Amino acid sequence: MAIRSFFAPFLFFALCSYSSLTPVLSLYEDQVGLMDWHQQYIGKVKQAVFSTQKTGRRRVIVSTEENVIASLDLRHGEIFWRHLLGSNDVIDGIDIGLGKYVITLSSGGSVLRSWNLPDGQMMWESSLQGPKHSKSLLLVPTNLKIEKDNVIVVFSNGRLHAVSCIDGEVLWNKDFEAESFEALQVIQPPGSDLIYVVGFAASSQFEMYQINARNGELLKHERATFSSGFLREVSLVSSETVVALDSTGSILLTISFQNGEISFQQTPISSLVEDPSGPAVIIPSSVPGIFAIKTNAFTIFIRVIGEGKLEVVEKTNHETTVSNVLPISEGQQAFALVQHAGSEIHLAVKIAHDWDGNLLKESIKMDQQRGLVHKVFINNYIRTDRSHGFRVLIVMEDHSLLLLQQGAIVWSREDGLASVIDVTASELPVERDGVSVAKVEHNLFEWLKGHMLKLKGTLMLASPEDVAAIQSMRLKSSEKSKMTRDHNGFRKLLVVLTRAGKLFALHTGDGRIVWSHFLQSLHKSGTCQSPIGLNLYQWQVPHHHAMDENPSVLVISRCGPSSDAPVVLSFVDTYTGKELNSLSLVHGVVQVIPLPYTDSTEQRLHLLIDSDKHAHLYPTTSEALRIFKREFSNIYWYSVEDHNGIIKGHALKCKCTDEAADEFCFDTRDLWSVVFPSESGKIIATVTRKLNEVVHTQAKVIADQDVMYKYISRNLLFVATVAPKGSGEIGSVTPEESWLVAYLIDTVTGRILHRVTHHGARGPVHAVFSENWIVYHYFNLRAHRYEMSVIEIYDQSRADNKDVWKLVLGKHNLSSPISLFSRPEVITKSQSYFFTHSVKAIAVTSTAKGITSKQLLVGTIGDQVLALDKRFLDPRRSVNPTQAEKEEGIIPLTDSLPIIPQSYVTHALRVEGLRGIITVPAKLESTTLVFAHGVDLFFTQLAPSRTYDSLTEDFSYALLLLTIVALVAAIFVTWRLSERKELQDKWR
Amino acid sequence: MEKGKGVMGSCRRWAVDFSDNSTAPSSRDIPDPPGFTRASVDQDDSAVSRQKKDAESNWKAQKAWEVAQSPFKNLLMMGFMMWMAGSTVHLFSIGITFSALWQPISALQGVGKVFEPYKDNKVDLLGPKLLFIALNLGGLALGVWKLNTLGLLPTHASDWVSSLPPAQEVEYSGGGVPL
Repeated sequence: MAIRSFFAPFLFFALCSYSSLTPVLSLYEDQVGLMDWHQQYIGKVKQAVFSTQKTGRRRVIVSTEENVIASLDLRHGEIFWRHLLGSNDVIDGIDIGLGKYVITLSSGGSVLRSWNLPDGQMMWESSLQGPKHSKSLLLVPTNLKIEKDNVIVVFSNGRLHAVSCIDGEVLWNKDFEAESFEALQVIQPPGSDLIYVVGFAASSQFEMYQINARNGELLKHERATFSSGFLREVSLVSSETVVALDSTGSILLTISFQNGEISFQQTPISSLVEDPSGPAVIIPSSVPGIFAIKTNAFTIFIRVIGEGKLEVVEKTNHETTVSNVLPISEGQQAFALVQHAGSEIHLAVKIAHDWDGNLLKESIKMDQQRGLVHKVFINNYIRTDRSHGFRVLIVMEDHSLLLLQQGAIVWSREDGLASVIDVTASELPVERDGVSVAKVEHNLFEWLKGHMLKLKGTLMLASPEDVAAIQSMRLKSSEKSKMTRDHNGFRKLLVVLTRAGKLFALHTGDGRIVWSHFLQSLHKSGTCQSPIGLNLYQWQVPHHHAMDENPSVLVISRCGPSSDAPVVLSFVDTYTGKELNSLSLVHGVVQVIPLPYTDSTEQRLHLLIDSDKHAHLYPTTSEALRIFKREFSNIYWYSVEDHNGIIKGHALKCKCTDEAADEFCFDTRDLWSVVFPSESGKIIATVTRKLNEVVHTQAKVIADQDVMYKYISRNLLFVATVAPKGSGEIGSVTPEESWLVAYLIDTVTGRILHRVTHHGARGPVHAVFSENWIVYHYFNLRAHRYEMSVIEIYDQSRADNKDVWKLVLGKHNLSSPISLFSRPEVITKSQSYFFTHSVKAIAVTSTAKGITSKQLLVGTIGDQVLALDKRFLDPRRSVNPTQAEKEEGIIPLTDSLPIIPQSYVTHALRVEGLRGIITVPAKLESTTLVFAHGVDLFFTQLAPSRTYDSLTEDFSYALLLLTIVALVAAIFVTWRLSERKELQDKWR
Repeated sequence: MEKGKGVMGSCRRWAVDFSDNSTAPSSRDIPDPPGFTRASVDQDDSAVSRQKKDAESNWKAQKAWEVAQSPFKNLLMMGFMMWMAGSTVHLFSIGITFSALWQPISALQGVGKVFEPYKDNKVDLLGPKLLFIALNLGGLALGVWKLNTLGLLPTHASDWVSSLPPAQEVEYSGGGVPL
C-alpha cells in the first residue's frame, strides 16, 4: 500500500480501498430492480397492421422509424415481442400473411422476411436482387394462390417478384428494364389473376403493365404521355383508377387504365375550389372513390364520380389525417379521419362511398403537449349486438402512440423516448416543510416492521412469504421515488430531449415521467417545416446564494439542418417543465460554447458562434457582459472542420463592427490552424474532457512513494485521423495502406503535445478523455482484432518538486495558476490491449469529488454496458510487476482486456439500439449514476470502489438496535452485580 | 498512597488516621486534645524510628530504581510484538503500533505519580526518574520507528502533494465540430 498518512480517518479509507482491490461488482439476483430501471420502447410507428383473429390474443404489428418490428398487446400496449433490425436494414413495409406470419420487406427491398406472429421467431428469409435501385413495394394479396401457395408480391430493385408465403421461395420474377421507369403502385384487383404495375417514366410518361399473376407473363404494356409532367405521388381511387397532379401542382389528372386502355381526365384545381392558394400536394391514400389534396391553407377531400368527374366533398383548414382502409363487410370499406380542433381531436369513421354518413363520430380530449396527429390506423371489432365497433391507433407528432376506443384513450406509449438526442441532469427541489406527524408515525411503524422482517431474513427465520414481502418492500421503497432532494444525491431529474423535439424529465428513482413539454419552437409550423432540436445545456444550476431560483436548461433548436437556418433558444424550468423564455435569434449558430463563468444568479455564460465567426454572448445582461469583459483576453475557441481536415483556433478581437450588431457581439480572429492533408489523414473522432469533471488531485503516487504530476488541462483535444482509404468499408483496405494517428492538441495555442501512429489500424474510433488520460478503441487489421489503447500525460516540469520541507512550508508553485503559453514539458505513457467486442459508445464514471477510482463504461455491440476498471488500462502495467508495484495495485500485463461476465452493469438486460452512456455524480463520493439510452432506456447506480462511505442498503438497523439495547442491559446488570460484590467484599 | 500506608502498617497492628493525608504538623487546623503533647510522643521512640526511617528510605530508593527500570521489560515485549506484527498495514499491526505509542506517552504523563510513593527527603529520585523517562522515550521512538516502517509517517513528497488540487489554468478554450 502506498498510502502514507498520519491520520486515523485515512486509515479506514486505506483499508477500504485495500479491500476494493478485488473488483467484483456483481449483483445478487434479488438486487435486480432495486437501484436500476429499464424501459422498453419502439420508436415512432411508420406502419401498423392489426391481427385480430377470432382466436388468440389481439395484437398489432408495427414497424417504426427506429427500425423495430414489434407485436403490441391491443389491450394494454405492452410489447409481446420486438426485433431491432440493423441501421442499414431499414424496413420498407410490413404486412400479415395467412393470418399467422408477419412479412417484412427491408434493406431497400432486397430482404424479405417472415416472422411467426405469436412468438416473433423468424420463419424464413429471402434475398431479392434486381437490376437497379428503385422504390420497394410490398403487397400481400388475401386470396391469390399459385398451386395452393399463397403469394406475396414484391416490387423492388426494378424487378417484380412473386414469393411463396410458406417458405419464401421466389416463384417467378419479372424485370422492368426500362431505364427511367419508376413504379408507384402495384395493384392486384381482388378476385382476378392480374397484377397491374403503374408508374412514371421520364417524368412525363405514364406506364401501365398488366401481368399474369400465375406465371409473371407480361400481358399488356401501355404508355401515355402527358406533356407537362407529373408530381411523384399518386392516390389510388379504385383498382383501375389513380389520381395524380401535374408538375405545377395545379391540375388534377384522373388516370384510368380499364381493360388496358389508358385515359386521362384533366381537372384544374381552381375549377373545384375558388381560392386554391398555392400549389397542392396529394396526400397518399387508397380510399376507394375519394382522395385528398393539401394546399398551404386547406385540406380538400374530392370524390370521383364516374368517368373522371370530380366533386369536392369537404374543404377544411384544420389539420386532418386519413387512415388506411379497412374492409368491414362485402363491398364496404371504412376509413377514419382525424381532425384537430383546439384541445380536442375529432375522430370520424366513414364508409368509403358514403361521405356524409358517419359510422362513428367522437371527440376526444387530447393533451396539447402531444402535437398533431401524424398517422392513423383503423381496426374494427364486432360488438355483442353484431354491430361494428372501431378502434383507432394514432401516432402523434411527439412520436407517442395511442389507442382510442369508445371515445377514450385506452392506452398510450411515450415512444418518443426511443430517440433521445441529448440528456442532462437536474437536481430536485429541497424538502422545505417537514412531513406531517401522522405520516412520520406511519412511517416509523412501517420502518420498524420492515426492519424486523429484514432481521428475520438475516437470521434465516423468514418464511417464503416473508421473503417475498421483503423483496416487494425493497422494490417499491417509497424513499427512492420521492420528489425531493435526498442526502446522498441519488434522486435527480434526467432532462431528456428527443428527436421529436419534446423534453421529458425522468425521475432517477423509478424512471417515471415527471413532466413533459413539447417546445413551441420545435412544433412544425408555417415558418419552419422541419425544426430539429440540437442540444441541451445546463443554463442555471442554483446552489449556495441563489437557492430560491429554479434550475433551468437551455434547448437549442434550428429550423432544418443548414447552419444558416434560424435558431431558437428556449429556456425551460426543470422543476415545472414550463418554458420560461424563448429567443428567436437573428444570427445562425454553428457552435455553442458554455463558459466556465456564472453570474450572480448562477446563470452560466454561453458563447454562440455564428457562421460568420462572430461570437455572441448570452445571457444578454450587463452583469454577464462585465464578467465576460474581465476574462475577455483569456477566452479562445476552436473549430474542427472534419470535411476538409482543418482544426482552427480563434481568439476574440473586439466588438462587432457591423452597425446592426449589439454590444454582445464580438469579432474573432484566426490564431492558428492544424491542417491534416487529405492524402494522409481524415479526421474521424475528436474528444475533449467534460467541462464539469472534477479532478481531486494533480499528483499520482506510484510505487516507492514516488510522485508523478498529471498534466491536467481542460483545453486538450484528442483527434484521431485515419488514412483516407481506411475510412471505407471493412475489408476494402490492406493493413499496409491503413494507419491511424492519434494527436493531442492544445486548443489554446494549437501546439501538438503528442502524436502516435498505429500502423495497420482503422476506425471507427471511439474515445473517452478524463483527467490526464485518453482511452480509444479501434480495429487492428493485422491482428484482425479490436484494440484499446490508453495514453496518460504527465507534466515533467513539476517532477522536481521533491523537497519535503518546501512542501510542508507551502513554498512551492504547484497550485499557482498556469498559462498555456508557457511551454509545457509533458511525457506520455501508453499501452495497447486487445478487446473482444466492437463498441457502440464509451463513457467514464464521474464522482462528486473525483477521489473514487474510475471505471470505463463500454457499450458493447450486444447492447450491453460493461464496466471495465481503469486499472486494466494502466500504461505502467508490466508482465512481472515488482512487489511495490503489486502493492500499488498494478495488474500483471496481459495481451487482452478481461471481460468479466459479472461486471456487466446492465446484468441480464439489453439496451436495444444503444447510442449513448451518460454518467452523473451523486452527492455521495463513492457513487455515480449511469444512464444508457438507445431504443431502450436503462439507469443504475454504480460504485466503482464499492460504497465505502455508506452502509449498504440491506444493512439491518434492527440488529444494530437490538445489539445496542442488549449491551446497555448487560452493562446495567453487570454494574449492579459488581456493586453487590464490592459491598460484600467490604463487609468481609 | 496505598503502598505508603502498607509500610506504616508493618509496625502497627492497625491504625486510625484521623488527620488528612498530609502529615506536616503545620497544616493541621484541629488543635491537639488537652493533655496531649506531640513532642513527648515523638521523642519517646525517636531512636527506634530513626533506624526504621533509614531502612525505609533505603527500601524506597531500591524500589524507585526497580520502578524506573520496569519499562525496559515492556520495551522488549513491545519489540517482540512489533516483530511479530510485520510491516503491512492491517488492524493488528496498527493496534500494536498505537499501543506502543500510547504506553510511553501515558507513562511519561504520570511520571510524578509513579514515583510519589517513594518521595522522601532522603531519597534522591532524580536518577530513577531520568532512567524511567529515557526508557519510555526509547519506547516512543520504537513506536514511531514502527509507524514509519508501516509507511504512516508523512516523510515523502507524495504525502504532501497527494491532495493538492490541480492548478487553475488562465486560458479557456471551447468549441468542437460545428453543430
